[in-house]
Amino acid sequence: MSRQDTSDIIFRRVLAVFPISILILVAGIFFQLVWTSIPSIQKFGLGFLFHSTWDPVSENFGALPFIFGTCVTSFVALLLAVPIGVGVAIYLAEYAPVKVARVISLLVDLLAAIPSVIYGLWGIFVLVPFMYKDLQPFLGKYFGFLPFFQGPNYGVGFLAASIMLSIIILPFIISVSREVILAVPSVYKESAYALGSTRWEAISNIVLSHGRVGILGAVILALGRAIGEVMAVTMIIGNNVKISASLFSPGYTLASVIANEFAEADTTLYLSALIEIALVLFLVSIVVNILARILIWSVTGGNSKEGIK
Amino acid sequence: MNLKGSIKVNSLNFYYGAHHALKNISIIVEPGQIVAMIGPSGCGKSTLLRLFNRMNDLIPSSRVEGEILIDGVNIYDKNMDVVSLRRRVGMVFQKSTPFPKSIYDNIAYGLKIVGIKDRRILAETVERSLKRAALWDEVKDHLGKSAMSLSGGQQQRLCIARAIAVSPEIILMDEPCSALDPIATARIEELMGTLKDEYTIVIVTHNMQQAARVSDKTAFLMHGQIIEFTKTTDFFTKPSNKITEDYITGRFG
Amino acid sequence: MKEMIQKSFERTRLRREIWEKSMVVVLFLCAIFVLFILFNILWHLIVQGISSLNLDFFTHLPKAVGESGGGMANAIVGTFVLLILAVCVGVPMGLGAGIYLSEFAHQGFAQTVRFMTDVMNGIPSIVFGIFAYTICVMPMKTFSAISGGLALGLMMIPMITRTSEQFIKMVPNQLREAGLALGIPQWRVILDIVLPTAIGGIMTGIMVALARVAGETAPLLFTAFGNRYYAHSLTQPIAALPLQVFDYAISPFDDWHRQAWAGAVVLIGMVFLINIWAQYFVASRNRWMSGK
Repeated sequence: MSRQDTSDIIFRRVLAVFPISILILVAGIFFQLVWTSIPSIQKFGLGFLFHSTWDPVSENFGALPFIFGTCVTSFVALLLAVPIGVGVAIYLAEYAPVKVARVISLLVDLLAAIPSVIYGLWGIFVLVPFMYKDLQPFLGKYFGFLPFFQGPNYGVGFLAASIMLSIIILPFIISVSREVILAVPSVYKESAYALGSTRWEAISNIVLSHGRVGILGAVILALGRAIGEVMAVTMIIGNNVKISASLFSPGYTLASVIANEFAEADTTLYLSALIEIALVLFLVSIVVNILARILIWSVTGGNSKEGIK
Repeated sequence: MNLKGSIKVNSLNFYYGAHHALKNISIIVEPGQIVAMIGPSGCGKSTLLRLFNRMNDLIPSSRVEGEILIDGVNIYDKNMDVVSLRRRVGMVFQKSTPFPKSIYDNIAYGLKIVGIKDRRILAETVERSLKRAALWDEVKDHLGKSAMSLSGGQQQRLCIARAIAVSPEIILMDEPCSALDPIATARIEELMGTLKDEYTIVIVTHNMQQAARVSDKTAFLMHGQIIEFTKTTDFFTKPSNKITEDYITGRFG
Repeated sequence: MKEMIQKSFERTRLRREIWEKSMVVVLFLCAIFVLFILFNILWHLIVQGISSLNLDFFTHLPKAVGESGGGMANAIVGTFVLLILAVCVGVPMGLGAGIYLSEFAHQGFAQTVRFMTDVMNGIPSIVFGIFAYTICVMPMKTFSAISGGLALGLMMIPMITRTSEQFIKMVPNQLREAGLALGIPQWRVILDIVLPTAIGGIMTGIMVALARVAGETAPLLFTAFGNRYYAHSLTQPIAALPLQVFDYAISPFDDWHRQAWAGAVVLIGMVFLINIWAQYFVASRNRWMSGK
């Protein structure tokens, strides 16, 4: 197909350096993180993931509270963001007039472009006061029988961070779900109509079940974002090493403990424990991404050119 | 049996924006008839078909003038319940559209949404509909399998069974065989013959032989107008219109 | 049977209609909720931010704790320096890999690289910060602009790789064949014909990536670190707008809070401007392609 003269071969070899360095880079990040966290890995082994003590003074480190915090906040964030996000996506794809849908999509993109430090700023001065004065007293009063809504109200904490995260991943869920819904051939919807479905029945029973794998992929990618989100969470989660059933409790996530304590880490072991947390974060994000990719490829892989070429 | 499912179209005009897609259409379809609509592509035959269950409502900036009476009721009346209309006027599409559910759930879907939960009734209806669509023997042992796993011809018969399950009066078919091989096509044509004792069928096809084989009456459309609408036997043997004659003898189209 | 279905239909019709209508309301409210959040954020930015914004903000250094006034000139300059460094790292790597993937790569290797860029895109930003810390800050024994730029640049690589690959693939094959038919070596065809054709899209991809890293804070925490003065060399800690907003936001001083809002307005303005600029490249390319 192509002429192979010497200059071409040289060009090609030189250019191949770039993709190869991407592979080396990803591997390099992994090895560098492993290498620098060796002191911590040697001292605590696998127990690092299952210990709930985090004591820089006695240099006893366990990441369980942060893993707990990341799991809780990401889970609650998905719980809030997925129904709302998919709802907005359905509204945009199926109900809103074309012009309205275009304007709202643009605004949703705008929401996605807001840097996370600005979300955090808004979180500190708008969301947290709202949590403290309105939402958490309300939840405590009417849902206080649930263990999630008990304990002192600080404003900051797991719940504030979860809500923040849900707002941050919303635009992502909306835009991907909208694409997935729009990609379902309309003849399936028409088939449902032809059987006497209402619009909502056609969408919820047929369109969504057609797009469910794609939406699941979107949700998993959103989970990846929630797990890796740093600034907005650090600014409002309260930064406290604690495992608590109460969502009102201040806590930490994997990402926020690194952000908050890295600069103070004055001993090699402390530093390497924090880097090991980054390693955990790295591995989790890779697993999440691979999962999402497999899902998305299983949808598009068979017939998309991207998958074949 | 007292059949329902008559269609009466009275001086119907249809517009997409400024495009005048159907011009002054008037036809009558008797209950229990199979009517074929043929014509060159873009002539408006599919558009007309989709007006019978108001599927074109989904297209913005489209406009209907005139009336379509189904069993004497104007379906473009303001008070018309489209959902109710569509339950009575089923549709089978060019592309088979199995829902991503089991075979059983595909057939039962139309009943479940109207609140029928009785398992015995559902099971009976599924069996009856699949038998009616001549699919029962092929799938009765794996009703729980995904409908996507069926072959193209089977999927199309599944869609017919699904349409039958809600007991419609009219079944609209939009080129139902164009994606199928000759054997699968033959089975569906055979099926139509047995269905007409219970349902009115309107079929759009680009295949004139098919129209000749299955239908009682044939409508020939061109440029959004009905050129000829008459008994199928007459239509193909002694067309009254020169354009029809040219078309069926293959001079154009 | 027919009667039974009809009866059941009539019995449930109203309930289904109520369900349908309330879902429309619910979905609409979901959309309103999202818009409310967006406008609430923008409203606070405008009210709190613009009122704190003045010329000093752009031209002055931060004042000492307790003194009011001052600005974030150092942070604005710092952000530009960091972005330039990031471009130096991210653009050659991303573009090079993008060209290779679109023009040469074969099945297995290309899929592996694509997969890795996707994986890299999903790595949390703070991990890039830690990585840059371990390979740059630790050996140099100082926080620096270079390490910050490196962290941001690494983040840009996967984004630029994928967008430039896409846009280069969109260049019609006839163009390549026409060039090859003239006896021009393939590398000249790519550099002289293919790239200039795809440049609008590539630039857009770069700008979008730039807009994304411009607002990043986490990778800078332990690399650029921040500086209350101008940095005089690339091996010194350097201020950055997002970092400064963060520091001021979590400080206990009201005056700093106001400055944080002002910084946020400038930051978001910058991010939006870069995004709009990015769209301009696509638009101008389309104009050029359609011959106007």
